[in-house]
Amino acid sequence: MDTLALKKTANEVRKGIVTAVHSAKSGHPGGSLSAADILTYLYFEEMNIDPENPKKADRDRFVLSKGHIAPALYSTLAHRGFFPVEDLKTLRHVGSYLQGHPDMKHIPGVDMSSGSLGQGGSAAVGMALAGKLDQADYRVYCMFGDGEIQEGQVWEAAMFAGSRKLDNLVFIVDNNGLQIDGKIEDVCSPYPIADKFKAFQFHVIEIDAHDFEQIAAAFQKAKETKGQPTAIIAKSVKGKGVSFMENQASWHGAAPNDEQYAQAMADLDKIGESL
Amino acid sequence: MADVKKIATRESYGNALAELGKEYPDLVVLDADLAAATKTGIFKKAFPDRHIDCGIAESNMVGIAAGLATTGKIPFVSSFAMFAAGRAFEQVRNSVGYPKLNVKIGATHAGISVGEDGATHQCCEDLALMRTIPGMVVMNPSDDVEAKAAVKAALDYQGPVYIRFGRLAVPVINDRPEYKFEIGKGVTLREGKDVTLVATGLEVAETLEAAEKLAADGIDAKVINIHTIKPLDEDLIVAAAKETGKVVTVEEHSVIGGLGSAVCDCLSAKAPTKVLKIGVNDTFGESGPAVSLIKKYGLDADGIYQKVKAFMA
Repeated sequence: MDTLALKKTANEVRKGIVTAVHSAKSGHPGGSLSAADILTYLYFEEMNIDPENPKKADRDRFVLSKGHIAPALYSTLAHRGFFPVEDLKTLRHVGSYLQGHPDMKHIPGVDMSSGSLGQGGSAAVGMALAGKLDQADYRVYCMFGDGEIQEGQVWEAAMFAGSRKLDNLVFIVDNNGLQIDGKIEDVCSPYPIADKFKAFQFHVIEIDAHDFEQIAAAFQKAKETKGQPTAIIAKSVKGKGVSFMENQASWHGAAPNDEQYAQAMADLDKIGESL
Repeated sequence: MADVKKIATRESYGNALAELGKEYPDLVVLDADLAAATKTGIFKKAFPDRHIDCGIAESNMVGIAAGLATTGKIPFVSSFAMFAAGRAFEQVRNSVGYPKLNVKIGATHAGISVGEDGATHQCCEDLALMRTIPGMVVMNPSDDVEAKAAVKAALDYQGPVYIRFGRLAVPVINDRPEYKFEIGKGVTLREGKDVTLVATGLEVAETLEAAEKLAADGIDAKVINIHTIKPLDEDLIVAAAKETGKVVTVEEHSVIGGLGSAVCDCLSAKAPTKVLKIGVNDTFGESGPAVSLIKKYGLDADGIYQKVKAFMA
């Protein structure tokens, strides 16, 4: 997929996000929109996956440790063909398989249930470790929020991954700079993020989360890196693509009303037309 | 029971893992810097590549086990009950229980029989914690034979399992040819008509001894060994309660949330019966030799005998 196609796809993924959250009347659009480009790249370009056979043994795995951005993962999976895009409107509805946070038991393409912050990294480490034990060549990707890395378990997982030289593992930090209570550096600063992962024996790459050329180069570099895991610190814009949500902590966990939804879709349509 | 062979169930755990390693190539064992104490070191010696020391990070260890299980491995995670069920409770709930992953938790050093290390390490809440997680199988074997059988049964079962093991050497009471272990099936070890004593873990041997003392006083006690707290053998307990009219539960665990609570939950709905719960009475433990502590907290045969006697008066 070329860069233009990826941009167009990511824009559709974003529409799916706001549509799902609007329909649910709750959810987390800000961090979903900031992660949409990387998720699009992973599922449409990077990962060895098959929507027809979501559990195939040699697939690459993805763990969404920041599970609250389930709308972004679901929209990406739906657009990739794992389940109908139309189903995104059932997000968080009673009886729907699209739970508020990722549920591997019921959602095709979800490799790990997640949502309680800090836990996904350990599961991703377990998958990567299994790959090493079995001498399988699949790769494992795990995305964290930048607020999420305040959780100590993230660093327990990082210490283990670095110590065990898990070079089939990539941690991605969606660094949009905002958490529920405000700027991450005002709440409890996790900075310097890159230096922390370096200290935990990771190969660290810093990129613009919305630049597909940088995203592609980072994942390529990660694949070429041997003897240590890679951490990609992706500087992103919370709410990216929806004018009134961009860089607003208040849109971390709030759903747009009908009027705001129309505005959001108009913003994304405009972006789509400009591509 | 001084002449009876005694083995700590943590020892049985390590031996069972090592014995089953060949038959179960997907079995992997995780520990958190306690391999010498949990006895997973025995497995490590036999299968060094399949023993993963995660360092002192139990939450991460449980998460790693979850990830391993998604690929078809059968991980046994090992630590002291305090850290496996306590420290990592939320990881067990959310990363193992909710996705119903095939992770087994082998928790050693449970209860006050940890001894000298004292209250910080004496977990009397693990059965209660684990029992609340939907779909979790919770086992508490009574001796070497049962502990090994429980490990094998856990490996053959698909889904999350918690098994509690002890540090203290306890009498081997199940070494008989007809012994059979089935998850969720209680075992009647002694028939009696006056009262039913339902015991679990190392309290089974103490309770059998207490039943003999009661018999000398003319009290005919039935003794049931409940090695699986969840799912509980409700049929067996209800039938015994109806038969004897009185029930006593005995566990080396808080009287809140463990075997006693499970039995009361069952009986209050299905056969309301007067129940005496013998266990750790909503208090922390303390340092001291294990045997002395069990006596001090009234969990030895004599303590059980005294309490049942008063209950029957």
